Amino acid sequence: MLEIKDVSATYGEGTVLKRVDLKTYDNKITCLIGRNGAGKTTTLKSIMGLINVIHGSIYLDGQSITKKSTFERAQLGIGYVPQGRDIFSKLTVKENLLLGLEAKHGQGMIPNYIFELFPILRDFLTRKGGDLSGGQQQQLAIARALVANPKILILDEPTEGIQPSIIQEISRVILKLKEKMSVLIVEQYLEFVLNIADYCYVMEKGQIVMGDEPQHLDKNMVSKILSL
Amino acid sequence: MQELIVQLFNGISLSSILFLSSIGLAITFGLMGVINMAHGEFIMIGAYTTYIVQNIFIDHFPKLFNSYIFFAIVLSFFVASIIGYILERLIISHLYGRIVDSLLVTWGVSLFFQQLARSIFGAPNVSVRMPDYLQRNIHLTNDIVFPNNRIFILIIALICLVLIYILMYRSRYGRNVLAVMQNREMAASLGINTRRVDSLTFAIGSGLAGIAGCAITWIGAIGPTIGTSYIIDSFVAVVAGGAGTIVGTIFGASFIGIGETIFEFLTTSSIGKVLVFTCVIILLQFRPKGLFAVKTRVLDD
Repeated sequence: MLEIKDVSATYGEGTVLKRVDLKTYDNKITCLIGRNGAGKTTTLKSIMGLINVIHGSIYLDGQSITKKSTFERAQLGIGYVPQGRDIFSKLTVKENLLLGLEAKHGQGMIPNYIFELFPILRDFLTRKGGDLSGGQQQQLAIARALVANPKILILDEPTEGIQPSIIQEISRVILKLKEKMSVLIVEQYLEFVLNIADYCYVMEKGQIVMGDEPQHLDKNMVSKILSL
Repeated sequence: MQELIVQLFNGISLSSILFLSSIGLAITFGLMGVINMAHGEFIMIGAYTTYIVQNIFIDHFPKLFNSYIFFAIVLSFFVASIIGYILERLIISHLYGRIVDSLLVTWGVSLFFQQLARSIFGAPNVSVRMPDYLQRNIHLTNDIVFPNNRIFILIIALICLVLIYILMYRSRYGRNVLAVMQNREMAASLGINTRRVDSLTFAIGSGLAGIAGCAITWIGAIGPTIGTSYIIDSFVAVVAGGAGTIVGTIFGASFIGIGETIFEFLTTSSIGKVLVFTCVIILLQFRPKGLFAVKTRVLDD
């Protein structure tokens, strides 16, 4: 379980997260929604240690990871799929997947279930990451984060720029994954979120303004916040 | 014609030394965005390590003198690597992405190393004696003669090239280096200790410069400023070939090494250098990032 307690963070000159509290649970999908610039990606980056947290703490399974380096957080079991995928375009699909094993100090092999989830990757193992379509790159980015069997999978806008058929495929995979781990998703595509989330947080101007199960969320209010 | 062939061979030999001295620069610049003006001093460290090994063999193992060069190559690599590792940890790691600062600080480090060498070995140049078999020549014809020492340097460079290729493109470490080069944040997010990758890469680059220094001792006398005479050419080789690529460094080193030798042969020493640098300036007008530029976040920023 991941827990963010009272976290404030800075990005460049300004404070972009203000006293954020957020929890994820095992075998649950938690979604964080909000419009552009609300602080969603910054929240994920603060979890990964990619930006400066000036106040508060982040816990993974009860252990504080606030002072840990990014690579140590990955080794402790956080799988991260960033916005824009950040595939290593010059490396092959296989090399990209092998890099995922670094979270386990490069030990072990690519688990078979990765290819069961994303069969297309098996066919493209020798292809360069940069030669894949957007949807295939998204599948590779998720697969790469899963290779080391993380405790929690964090996805930043997994549907961005992806065609509807692949979005459905990704929803199916995420729902399957929650049987094994906890999932935290940042997303703007409300329909996608409402279909898969067990719990939703709504973010505005760097703060969590609402948090509830999707069926209890005030949809009109959420739509209003997202369209502001 | 025969003379031209001999000059061409000398050019290839110089290129192989330049390749060894510039590959470390190319990788560290592509990886860390640091201009390391002290890189030439690792050449000097390698050269003096060879000098010390030679003296030890003359004093204590005269019967094994002919094999001292193999110990010298290995030790030059390790001594330069260890000093490089310490330098990276203590100073360079604080300068990532700060190109101007890194240039000034490493220049200071370079002066420090030169003075240290002067204090230990004295200001005058010293020479290293080659084993007998390196002092002989291979006569292809009566006029075309290739010295064994230059052939040996070429072989060492080729072995290093193969090892670098295996390390960078066929090993876990190389994969991590390429990942860090392309996207440092993402590499760290996957569990790669980017700091360790930086330090090891810097150490290996320094070690290769150390081997270049070892090779230099077999073609001339060495002194505390020996690195300075090679560092400018090494930088030009990296810039012309494109930072961060092995192919680019091979091209840059070959172009500078062969170009300088041939142009100097056809004109004069200074005009030859002017012609080579003019060619590089023209090349950079059309390919500002070098002929085989690699895309890295550090260089793009």
